[in-house]
Amino acid sequence: MTSDWPGVRLHVVTGKGGTGKTTVAAALALALASSGQQVLLCEVEGRQGIAQLFDVPPLPYEETRIASAPGDSGGSLFALAIEPESALLEYLSMYYRLGRAGKALDKFGVIDFATTIAPGVRDVLLTGKVYEAVHRNKRGKNQRHYDAVVLDAPPTGRIAQFLNVNSELAGLAKVGPIRSQADSIMSLLRSERTRVHLVTVLEDMPVQETADGIAELTADDLPVGGVVVNLVRRRELDDDARTAALKGKLPRAGIEADLAKAGVDVTPQLVDGLLHEAHDHAERRRLEDEQRNRIATLDVPTYELDRQPDGIDLGALYELAADLVDQGIA
Amino acid sequence: MTSRRKGRVGPLASKQDTGPALDVDALLDDPATEIIVCCGSGGVGKTTTSAGLALRAAERGRKVVVLTIDPARRLAQSMGIERLDNTPRPVPGVHPDAGGTLDAMMLDMKRTFDEVVESQASPEKAAQILANPFYVALSSSFAGTQEYMAMEKLGQLHQDAQKSGRWDLVVVDTPPSRSALDFLDAPERLSSFLDGRFIRLLLAPAKGPARLMTAGLGVVTGALTKILGAQVLRDMQTFVAAFDTLFGGFRQRATKTFELLQAEGTAFLVVAAPEPDALREAAYFVERLSAEQMPLAGLVVNRASRLSLTGLSGEQATAAAERLASGTTDAPEGLTAGLLRLHAERTRLVARESRLRRRFTAAHPTVPTAEVPALSSDVHDLDGLRLVGELLAG
Repeated sequence: MTSDWPGVRLHVVTGKGGTGKTTVAAALALALASSGQQVLLCEVEGRQGIAQLFDVPPLPYEETRIASAPGDSGGSLFALAIEPESALLEYLSMYYRLGRAGKALDKFGVIDFATTIAPGVRDVLLTGKVYEAVHRNKRGKNQRHYDAVVLDAPPTGRIAQFLNVNSELAGLAKVGPIRSQADSIMSLLRSERTRVHLVTVLEDMPVQETADGIAELTADDLPVGGVVVNLVRRRELDDDARTAALKGKLPRAGIEADLAKAGVDVTPQLVDGLLHEAHDHAERRRLEDEQRNRIATLDVPTYELDRQPDGIDLGALYELAADLVDQGIA
Repeated sequence: MTSRRKGRVGPLASKQDTGPALDVDALLDDPATEIIVCCGSGGVGKTTTSAGLALRAAERGRKVVVLTIDPARRLAQSMGIERLDNTPRPVPGVHPDAGGTLDAMMLDMKRTFDEVVESQASPEKAAQILANPFYVALSSSFAGTQEYMAMEKLGQLHQDAQKSGRWDLVVVDTPPSRSALDFLDAPERLSSFLDGRFIRLLLAPAKGPARLMTAGLGVVTGALTKILGAQVLRDMQTFVAAFDTLFGGFRQRATKTFELLQAEGTAFLVVAAPEPDALREAAYFVERLSAEQMPLAGLVVNRASRLSLTGLSGEQATAAAERLASGTTDAPEGLTAGLLRLHAERTRLVARESRLRRRFTAAHPTVPTAEVPALSSDVHDLDGLRLVGELLAG
């Protein structure tokens, strides 16, 4: 199976709160690793969502191996929780060899200042670390080289602002090293090597935010990737059955006969309950189809992941990754 | 668990799914309830819950103003507040029989911040501050500003309510923060930032050349100039110097808002969905509220799955569906098996949710809880909101 995104080195995953953005980012990273790639999965919001998902201790500011692909494909998955404070100190020691001044900066609260209020600096630092991971090459000594980096990014409402580090710094740092750092990051983010994927569920508000997010990204020249529709309900009933269920016209007698055939103790309560659940399901499916049609008009590749009735554990995550591979995202 | 305190009453061992039932109507009807704060992690339906509560309170006779943070377009439309102008406006279509009213507004964070600056500083100084790039960043994208401004607006609304008598209940939604706790920390974070060491350092040059001679300063400004450029440093100093006079005011306001949140007339409702993350945040929040002595009214679990009474377990349904897979059926092919599988899946979902709720209840058995079943459609009019209110009230 060939991937829909050949040549993409940085997959940015965003989504509205509650849509399963972190889960999808992790599943995508696993999907990429399963084809033999070395993959880095990054988070930037200090939530330790990756550690919880993979059931490992909180991630340090250090690339940590969290999974290896089964078999001998050789792929493996590393994870990194990027914090702006550590990124700034690392950045300073890498480019400036500040020594004493670095410590003084911290002591005087400058690090805190730079990472919380200095406009845009925080985001430059977070994306800067991602940029560094993407740009490493095999010649680098003692450095791990990654074929792909997956970024569990801030939510859809903030994604364009987060990635558009240039404009955030505009009017502030017109020249200087921070500015040229921002320019390099921007050229990666706007290139063919980057795609921003949006996670949604089939509900009105998340779909609206996805549409708004795509418009904003496009306006900022940021490359939109695919839409991943998460938490999709199982499709048990066909169109005719759902239409009948909505109208309350499911063949009760036939269903009762079938139930009896299957050895179930048929009570009016049971049949009422099943018909009620069928109506409910059909109603939701109808609304989901409306949203699915709206997503189709967005004109981007879409992927669908089923709702896992028992929730997300490591096993479910691997299943989702396999579904993404089957659908060609990786 | 840190929440275990002296004097708790309740069962020592319990198999309950939820705590005692939350009496929403009693809370809304009690004239002593002056402020209701809905908090919880993002994506759990906080805004809809706030709006539904506010409408119900109004139709039960309260004079209500609801502050929403970032409502869905259709929800905003349903209350007639699509326009973002930071002013409460009457919601049309509220039943007036009980004598109540409902006003609604959306928070405009930047506007609120600007107004605070304008009210605290002289016109020239205010203009100078509003134009500074650091202020622009602070007021529009500083993490925590939205939380801080929501609390600021709450304080203003409450004060207005007391002065003018226009409202007797303020319902407030909280920003969709990364963590539900952010808004409690925001005022403190902002004011401690403004009081920070670095800020005072930047102010030093403005206060006399002698202070410049501190040992570390040269090194620090040198490094900063190298990294950010001299212009950034100058902007920063102008901003800090201009803001200096406001610091005291900000800290005082933050302290007052914090006290208001601890007051008796305030009730916190923690909103969650039956998902591990949302319930974990809810648990943190409940613990934090009790640590801060803030009055917790209860937990609202939105989007709960409900099971019809069928008397058929999930396993039985799955087995029956498998038996039907081979052989002919009376109903159209696959229909009955489909119904059985749907039922089996829903049973699993409900079992999972009740497991998650039990985990919460085990740690916090005394927290009154209201459960709101998942709606099959989005709220897009007042009737929808009315239904939310009814479901909240049980």
